[in-house]
Amino acid sequence: MLDLLTSFFLVVGGLFALIGSIGLARLPDLFMRLHGPTKATTLGVGGILIASMLHFSSLDSGLSLHELLVALFLLITAPVSAHLIARTMIHLRGGTGTVVDEREAGPQQGGTDQR
Amino acid sequence: MLNLAVIIAFVCIAVALLLNFWRLIRGPSLPDRILALDTMYINTVALLVLFGIYQGLTVFFEAALIIALMGFVSTVALCKYLLRGDIIE
Repeated sequence: MLDLLTSFFLVVGGLFALIGSIGLARLPDLFMRLHGPTKATTLGVGGILIASMLHFSSLDSGLSLHELLVALFLLITAPVSAHLIARTMIHLRGGTGTVVDEREAGPQQGGTDQR
Repeated sequence: MLNLAVIIAFVCIAVALLLNFWRLIRGPSLPDRILALDTMYINTVALLVLFGIYQGLTVFFEAALIIALMGFVSTVALCKYLLRGDIIE
């Protein structure tokens, strides 16, 4: 029974990681491409880590919680890195591109990312 | 049963890594390449954990944790370099 659950989590996690990478490879824009890895791939790795936790908890006598550390760390850092990449892209192309009044008003061009 | 599931997950992660590598080579802008590297280290963490299940060893979690830490730090460093032209000011 636990074996079945572990296999289910493994297959679902692998498929989600694959779907996230297909999104990274196929979507047309960087801001669309950010969605695949940050959501689907993180969920896929989380599924594989849950499967590993179940597997090693059933193998040894004790509860195995090392994987929780990796899963927690990935869940915390994925939004941070996605935010930084989006800010880098906005900075490199020079502002958000949607606010027209700020560019005509003053010398500070494309103002959101100049701290 | 479990062996088959591990092999299916191995194939999925391997194809995902190949797609990420394609985006890393192809990517039109620099943030695309940073995003591809970010996804590659997340997939590598998954691959290491899968290898640990396959071998029945728990040694690989520490390696996965170190790869996750270093990958996040490298992503932040590359983004800061592109944003500010410097990493540590």
